[in-house]
Formats: sequence, structure tokens, C-alpha cells
Amino acid sequence: MTRLGPLVVERRLAPSRAAVIGVSVLAVVLALLVAALIFWGYGVNPWQAYATIARGTLGSRHGLMEILRRAIPLLLCGVGLALAFRARFWNIGAEGQLLAGAVAASGVALFSRLPAPWLLPAMFGAGFLAGALWGIIPALLQARFAVNEVISTLMMNYIMIYIVEWLIHGPWKGGTMRGFAYTDFFPSAAQLPLLPGTRVHWPTLVLGLALAGVVALVLTRTRLGYEVRVVGESTGAARYAGINSLQVMVWVMLVSGGLAALAGVGEMAGIHYRLRSPTHISMGYGYTAIIVAWLARGNPLAVILTSFLFGLIFAAGDTVRVVLRMPFQFVSVLNGLILFFLIGSEMLMQWRVRIATKEERWTGKAGSSAS
Amino acid sequence: MDWQSWVIGIVGRALAFGTPLLWATLGEVSAERSGVVNLGVEGMMILGAFSAFAVAQTTGHPGVGVLVGAAVGGAAAFLHAFMSVTLRANQYVSGLALTIFGLGLAGLLGRGWEGAPLRQALPAVTVPGLSQIPVLGPMLFQGHTVLTYVGLFLAVVLWILLWKTRWGVVVRSVGESPATADAMGISVFRVRYFTVTFGGVLAGIAGAYLSVAYRPAWTEGMTAGMGWIVIALTIFSGWDPLRAVGGALLFGALYHLSFRLQGLVPPELLKLMPYASAILVLALVGLRGTWRRGAPAALGQPYARGER
Amino acid sequence: MLAQAGTSGNEDRDLVPLVLLQDITKSFPGVVANDRVSWELRSGEVHAMLGENGAGKTTLMNVLYGLYRPESGRILIRGKPAVISSPRDAIALGIGMVHQHFKLVLAHTVAENVALGLKGTPFWAPARSVERRILALAAQYGLSVDPRAQVWELSAGEQQRVEILKALVRGAEILILDEPTSVLTPQEAQELFKVLSRMKAEGHGVVFISHKLSEVMECADQITVMRRGRVVGTVRAGETSKVELARMMVGRDVVFQLAKGACSSGEEALRVDQLWVRSDRGIPAVRGVSLRVCRGEILGIAGVAGNGQRELVEALAGLRRADRGRVEMTGRDVTNASARAVANASAAHVPEERLRMGVVPGMSVEDNLILKRHHRSPFSRGPLLHLGRIRKVASAAIEEYGIVAPGPRTPVKLLSGGNIQKLILARELSGEPALILASHPTYGLDVGATEQVRRFLLHRRDRGGGVLLVSEDLEEILTLADRIAVLFRGEIMGTVSAAEADLEEIGMWMAGERRRAPQA
Repeated sequence: MTRLGPLVVERRLAPSRAAVIGVSVLAVVLALLVAALIFWGYGVNPWQAYATIARGTLGSRHGLMEILRRAIPLLLCGVGLALAFRARFWNIGAEGQLLAGAVAASGVALFSRLPAPWLLPAMFGAGFLAGALWGIIPALLQARFAVNEVISTLMMNYIMIYIVEWLIHGPWKGGTMRGFAYTDFFPSAAQLPLLPGTRVHWPTLVLGLALAGVVALVLTRTRLGYEVRVVGESTGAARYAGINSLQVMVWVMLVSGGLAALAGVGEMAGIHYRLRSPTHISMGYGYTAIIVAWLARGNPLAVILTSFLFGLIFAAGDTVRVVLRMPFQFVSVLNGLILFFLIGSEMLMQWRVRIATKEERWTGKAGSSAS
Repeated sequence: MDWQSWVIGIVGRALAFGTPLLWATLGEVSAERSGVVNLGVEGMMILGAFSAFAVAQTTGHPGVGVLVGAAVGGAAAFLHAFMSVTLRANQYVSGLALTIFGLGLAGLLGRGWEGAPLRQALPAVTVPGLSQIPVLGPMLFQGHTVLTYVGLFLAVVLWILLWKTRWGVVVRSVGESPATADAMGISVFRVRYFTVTFGGVLAGIAGAYLSVAYRPAWTEGMTAGMGWIVIALTIFSGWDPLRAVGGALLFGALYHLSFRLQGLVPPELLKLMPYASAILVLALVGLRGTWRRGAPAALGQPYARGER
Repeated sequence: MLAQAGTSGNEDRDLVPLVLLQDITKSFPGVVANDRVSWELRSGEVHAMLGENGAGKTTLMNVLYGLYRPESGRILIRGKPAVISSPRDAIALGIGMVHQHFKLVLAHTVAENVALGLKGTPFWAPARSVERRILALAAQYGLSVDPRAQVWELSAGEQQRVEILKALVRGAEILILDEPTSVLTPQEAQELFKVLSRMKAEGHGVVFISHKLSEVMECADQITVMRRGRVVGTVRAGETSKVELARMMVGRDVVFQLAKGACSSGEEALRVDQLWVRSDRGIPAVRGVSLRVCRGEILGIAGVAGNGQRELVEALAGLRRADRGRVEMTGRDVTNASARAVANASAAHVPEERLRMGVVPGMSVEDNLILKRHHRSPFSRGPLLHLGRIRKVASAAIEEYGIVAPGPRTPVKLLSGGNIQKLILARELSGEPALILASHPTYGLDVGATEQVRRFLLHRRDRGGGVLLVSEDLEEILTLADRIAVLFRGEIMGTVSAAEADLEEIGMWMAGERRRAPQA
């Protein structure tokens, strides 16, 4: 406890919800302030830049719809990562899991010859399974061979990137695409309906919102959710309670990878209609979703909110590129900054500032009543 | 081609590709020996690569570029040290943030330099004397830039520092049991800042090697996940600088092989080989059960003096 | 700043205390650990700091050693005001501290540990250079230890010697020992007392932190009693009694013996035959242990820490694989059964590591009260949790066991140690278990909570539960157990009934010397 004039700064054991929200907002604002330097460095007036961004995103129907469109994959990946983080499994592999879903969906769309009404459900199903598989492998590697999951999930991202590259350059290369590395376009039965005049593939959005609710319910109201929370909070207690951590982890990664893969299916069937270069499919959604989940503090319902925030940042990236003629990497820089400020401010939340009591002012030092 | 010159060729190329892996792994070993995981290697390397290229291109002196790359890598690592040591933030997330930030910043600033070849690359030199040793000489001490030789030398120096000196006892103690080191009057804070920053300097040089020596040009994302391979190599080498040399050579050879085999196997599938091998190698280490034995006991844990 | 500051060290040394603490205040969130504490230490004395857990003795000494910075107060060393903001400052002032949990690097050798942070060691091969000094000091004070041994190979007693040597090599004139006997056999404790008296004779000032009355009476010259962050008083050891000290410690008269009914042992709750278990390092830690616990009796396992107690309990609780042997609980074979199967066999487990194992600190009181039972009716229906039922059971348990918590949704990490242990007992005793495995159930608790926990265990025993009580606190075992077995290097050295227990013989067994043949 330290006294600063009429104020007392003291530590507390559990941060209040208001403190968490307040500090998180502060972190985002600070990141925006630092990012202003980048505009300034590019010779753009930061205030004008932010005004332009606001107009280009929040200021028009088109802009709002672009936010929505960008938020869809972030939402699905973010919910999955929130679940993994609750179990303290460092899934950095949403990017690869998303691509796994895209590959599976493309395979079904291009080669399955299923009757039209079955095509889209089959794409989502196959995508989920592929992502689940891509997610379970690191879980098994960690449980059986103690392979650090940060490294394995990351490596799996690169492996999937090169698999996609191989497919579009090699066996799946489209006959109608001349020299370009794309597959053929999907049949129209494999394309999702859009909100008119936008690129918002609303069925995926509805799916994402529904799954956020489902995962939230599973975490709070089911046995499995309880076990996930125990495993995440304390491996010692999980062992003591006879909880099969491996089984829990496999479930978690099955869902986490599967959800990220659904995002990939959505991008395929809603935006691109063909498998193409990984950088065009994902643009780093899987990595940004880490920040989405972290900012939501592992709460799937809060992910809905944070995914829209980062959807806004992605949409801002488009505006920055098109209107201000600056590279899209602006988004990565801003994301990195937000993450820095977010974790850096975590310690802030453990302190509380309040007005000193009369007694404390009288004695000139902080008193004993903290709780 | 007789088998001897074939082996010499392979090892030589493996060393050329292994050099950045070696530098960055030595840096990560330094940081992790004091108990700090830095997952920002990829970010530090790309920042080092870009700044070294930009400076070398403008000044015409590749050596100056390398020095600036080192300084930039060190500065990036200092940021991580501030996050993880002073603010006691989650080291994994801080490192990830550094990587995301570094890749973004290098891409943002490097837009105008994209694809340009470097005016003056770091020259290859031959070590007088040592290169005369049969087989070993032409393999290790010929046809590389000075960074390769210094890297090998540094591995030995770092090993001696860690295991045979007072400095090493201090660093290892901070990584094994910071509370003990603190109680013995050692500033855990200062040691960790130093090792993490030093590690960043080495990662910056690793990046500089890529853009100034190995492939004298700047392309966005040219580190291509090498920073993550380095994290795996650190574990694979058991946090031992000398074994890091072996690990770097092995993966250097793998990268080299993925060029050699083109034509037989699609190039995209060859490119994923190092990443798949990294997982495989870690699984083998885990299978042998030696995984935790070499790891510093306090790895990844922020230290705060016993406040309740 | 103040007039006393001018006192110089040249005056009569006996008049100037080695350490003088004035009005030290140090607080943590929710507690004032030291409230305007004043205290002094003179050279050539062993000064005991006596008090319950949480009384503030260790905090005060951590302030003196520079680990904590007080909010107010002054420190004078040899009459001169000192600012001690880190252990480095403390060491420079000739202060050494042996913490309760040793501050040693397990992966290093003894010499490396001693050389760590030592001024004047050479840059190259620093460990080699201190070996000779270690051996000389070891001979002088009777602290034999091999400088080249790796610390993790040493027994707790040897590790303690390394800690003392570390302080001596640094020229410590003031040595603080925090609960030093908790890891020692009675005989080892006697040896330690001898070392302390040698140090006293050489003019050192020794601080001895303890909560055990008898050993304080035995080895101290001065005794300062603390309670709830304040000094109750300082007395000379020769001029006081255990009863007076106890009253000062607790603030009321203390009953030393718990009322314990006669043991009425029934059928077997636990039977262990020739059990072999390995430690984390793969070394056999439990070597052919056989024992049995009947319903309605408490079997106390005594022994110095690290003699296989942890591995034994973990193997019984289904947390560690046994290599050989057989375990039966209420007649059922549960050898190498899972933790869940053991729990289902009506065995409760009060684990040694309360915070790391016994509870999930970040989860709520009610979530913690169903741990281990969450998958069963009435708390689960199929895959769903029955939240209403959980809330009801939790409220009842909070009431029955007197758990002080703001509410059932409060995270457990905000509870005090005593309340966490009560929560664990509430959960573990709720199913009327036939067998209770209890490891160090009162470790670190204050007197009030200790008494309550012991009552809960005795109550369960009286209602027909068998209890396997593992503790390093011999007094606790003598108070609670009906029979006592001693574990040394993974073997049972002997078993006696508590009524016939001979303290000296138990002490011999704890040190590994056997006079009688072991019995199951």
C-alpha cells in the first residue's frame, strides 16, 4: 500500500470485472496512440487517418458489412481458442486448422459429386473433421511424447500451408485456371448465400454465434466443461480428482480445431469459391484469433464482442491500404501492439486506487483495511 | 564426384544454412538458461534481417548492416524482457506478440525495398591455417562468411561461460531457482534482462545473416518460420551450446536436402520437411524421456519476491 | 535524523545490540503481518521467535534480511541505522538466513551453491576455489558435508548444513534459522543445537524461529513471543515456563491433550503387502512396505521428510504406479487402481500439497466442494451438472464445517489456509469414507484451525473410519495416533502402539537405527 496525496494505491487479490474491462479498453486505446506514430511516420496526419478509417468502416453500410465479414472467421477461431486457453492448451495452430477445413471443404466441393442439397452440409462436416484431426495431433503429441504444444501447433501451421501450396500447384490445380495456382471454381451448390450486396455469408455467422453460446454452456453447465476448467486451472488437482486429462485435452482440441476449420469452410464457400494461396485464404485470422480469445479472457460469449473489434481492425486495414495507400501489414503491427499493452496491463489490474480514509490521512500512512 | 567431396559439399551447405539457426539458437539458449522463454525469435530475426538489409543497402557496408541488425534484435528482446521480467507478463504471449509485431513492422517498412538485390553482400572468407586441415578444413573453414566462423567460436565460448565460470553459475542458478539466487544477493532482474537482450542480439545477427550474407536481398517473411525451428532446436539441444551446433547442422542439412531433392518430389512438400522433422525430433526427445532433465527448472516462470 | 543515530560501534559492545528493530510495520493485502514491532538481538545469544503460524515471525525476519521492505520503522545494526533493501545488503551487514524452504539450486553441487553470489570468487572455476573454505568451516562447527555432492542427492539435514555453511562462508555474524527442526530427526535436532551453541560461543547472534515450545525452551536464551503481527513480550528462557509461553502465544490457556476416546478397531480398512514404489527420479522410494489400518483407528506414519511418505500416499491414492506389492481397501484389491477407482472404494485423501492438489485455487468454493464427486449423482445427470443441488450441498458443508468464506461463489484462492483445509476435509469426509489418507493435515495452520482439523479426524475415527496419518510433526502423531509406524528410506523401521511409545526409540527409528525387528 502506498499513499499518494489523498489517494491510496493497494493490491488486491481478485480484480473486479470493471477493472478488467477498463484496463482492456485502456490497452486498446494506448495501442491506437502508438500506432498513430506509424501514420505520422508515413506522413499522414494520424487524426485524419483515424477519421478516414472511421468513415470507411463504421461510417457506411458497406464498411459495417465488411467488419461483419471479417469478424466471422475470427469469431469461430476465437471461440475454439478460448476453449483451448481455458484448458491451458496453447493452441497457436488455428491458422493451420482453418486451412485444414478449407482443404477438406474444397475436396468435397470439387470431387464428391454429392447431390446439391447435401453438398454444403458435407463440406462443413468434412471441414470440422479435418480441423479436429489437425488439432488432436498436437494434443496426443503433448500427452504421449511431451512435445511442447506451442511448437507443434505452429509447425502444423507451416505443414498445412505447404500442403495447400502443393495442392493448388499440383494435383488440384484447376484446368480452367490457365497458369494460375487455383483450383477450379466450386459448383454453385457449394456456395453459401450472402446478405444482398455484401460479402457476409450469413449462415456461417449464425453458426458462429450459436456455437459461441453452446461452448459457453458446455463450460459452465456440463461435466466436461467442469473438467476442462479443473484441468486448465490446476493439473495437480485434476490428477488428484481422477480426471483423465488426456481425454479432456482430446475433446478440447477436437472442438478447438474443428471450430477453426469451420471458419475455413466459411471462407471457401462464402468468399473465395476455390482453394487458393494460403495468404489469401486466411490473412492471419488464426493468429489474430489468439488475441481475440485472450482479450475475451477465455469467455466464449465475450469472444463475440472481441471478434467484432478485430473485424473492425481488419476492415480498417483495407481502408488503410486502399485510401491511404499503406501496406496491409498495418493490421499486424496494431495487433502486436494491442497484445503487448494487454498483457503489460495485466499487472495494473491487481492494483486499486481509492481515496484515503480520514484516519489514514491523519496518520499519514496507509491503514490495514484492505478487504 | 567422389564420396568425400560429396560429404564436404553437404556439410558445407548445411553449415551455410545452419548458421542463422545456430546464432538464434545460441541466443535462445542464453535466455532460457536464465529461465525466460522468448517465443519472439521469428520476430527478432525478421526485424534484424530487414534493418540489416536497409542499412547495408544505404551505406554500402554489409558489416554495418549486421551491427545494426544486432542492435535492433537486442532492442526487440529488451521489450520482451520488460514485459516478462518487469511486468511479469505471460512469456508465451509476450513472445507471440513480439513475433506478430515484428513480422508486421518489417513488412510495413520493407514494402519499398521488396525484392531488391543487395549492392554489396558480406564476402566469403577462408580461415588461414584451419582451412588446411584435411576434410574438416574445407568443410568448416572455407567458403563461408565470417559470421559462420564466429558462430561456431561463440558456441564454444558460451559453453565455457555457462559451465566453467562464475558468470555461468549465476545465470544457471537464476534459471533453476531464482528465489535462491535472489536470496544470495543476485539481481534476478538484471541477469534476465542481460541474457534476454543478449539472446535478441544473436537473433538479430541471425536475421542479418539471411538478408546480407546468405541470400543478399530483402523479401517479406524471408525467415519463413525459422524462428520457430530455433525454439525446437533449443529443446533438442538440451539447452547446451555445443549440442546446438549439431542441431543447427542437422536442420541446415535438411533445408539443403529440400533443394537437392527438387525434381524427385514436389518442392512444396520438400519445404514442409524441416517443420515436420522438428515435431518428429521433439517427439523422439520426449520418447527418450530426457526432455525435462536438461530444462532449467524455473523456465517460463516470472519471478516476484515472495509477496503473498 | 534522530539523536540515537550517533551511537558509535566503539563503545562497549555489550551495550549496543547487534540488531535493533524499531516500529516495523509490514502489511500484505488483507493482513498486517507486522504491526509496529520493536525487537533486539545481542551477540552471543540464541534468540527464539515463538508464535503460531501467521503470527508474523518469518515476515519480521524477512524484513531484516531485505526480502520485504517495511512500510515504516527503522533498523539499526550494531547501533548504526541501516537500509536493507535486498538480501545483498543484508549479507554485506553480516546477516545470514536459512529459510524453511531451503534456497538451494538442486541441480548444482554444494560448492557451486556456496560460491553463488559470493564476493571474491574467481571468474574461472569458482566452485573449486571455495571447497577448502567449506571443509575448514565444516570442521570448526561440526557440519560435515561433501562439497562436490549434488544438492538433490543430499538429505534434508545435510541440505540444512549447506545453508548454514553458505551463511558462515559469507561471514555471517547474525544467523536467522526459520523452523530449522521441522526437517530433522530428534537426534539431528540435538546436533543442530550443539552447532548453535558453538556459534553462540564464538559471539554470533542466532535467531531461531519456531512454533514448538519444548525445543525453544531447550536451546534459546531469550524468547520473543509474537501474536497476530505484534510482539507479546520477550522473556529469558530460564525465567519462564511452557504454560506461560503457550498462553502468550495463543492469548488464552491451552489444553495440551485432545480428549481421545479408546480405540475400538474393527475390520480392516487398508492392507498393504510388500509395496514397492519409485520416486520421480526413478529411484525406489518405498521399499517393501507392509501395513494395515483398521476401521476406528489412526495409524500414524512418523519420519523425516523425504523418506518415502509422499510416494507411499500417492501410490495408495492411485496417483503413482507401484512396481510390486498389493493394496486392499475394505477387502477390495485396488493395487494400481486409478484415483477415481480408489475414491470409489470409499477412500478419502487429504493431500500434502493443499494448494497444488487439494483445491483448484481459481475456482469457487462450491466447485471445489464437488471435486472428485462431480461426475456422480447427485451432482451430475448424464453430461449435465446439477447446479441447484451443488449449491445446496455447498451451503450445507460451509455451515457444518465452519468454512469462513464470503459466499459459495468466492474463488478458493481468497480463503485462508485453515479455511481451505476445512473445505478439503468437508469434501473428503462427506461420503463417510471407510479410509482416510491424511498427509500433513495441520501443516502451516494456526492453533485454532489445527485443533478443529484434528477434531474432525478423531470424530471420523470414532464413527468407524480408519485413518492413515502421515506427519513430520511427532507431537501431532503422538497426540492423534493409536499406533505409530516409522518410515525410514522407504522401509517401516518399527510399529508401536501409542500407549507404549518411547520417544527415544522412535527417534532412533527415524534416524535409521533399529533395535527391534519390524512388524507389520
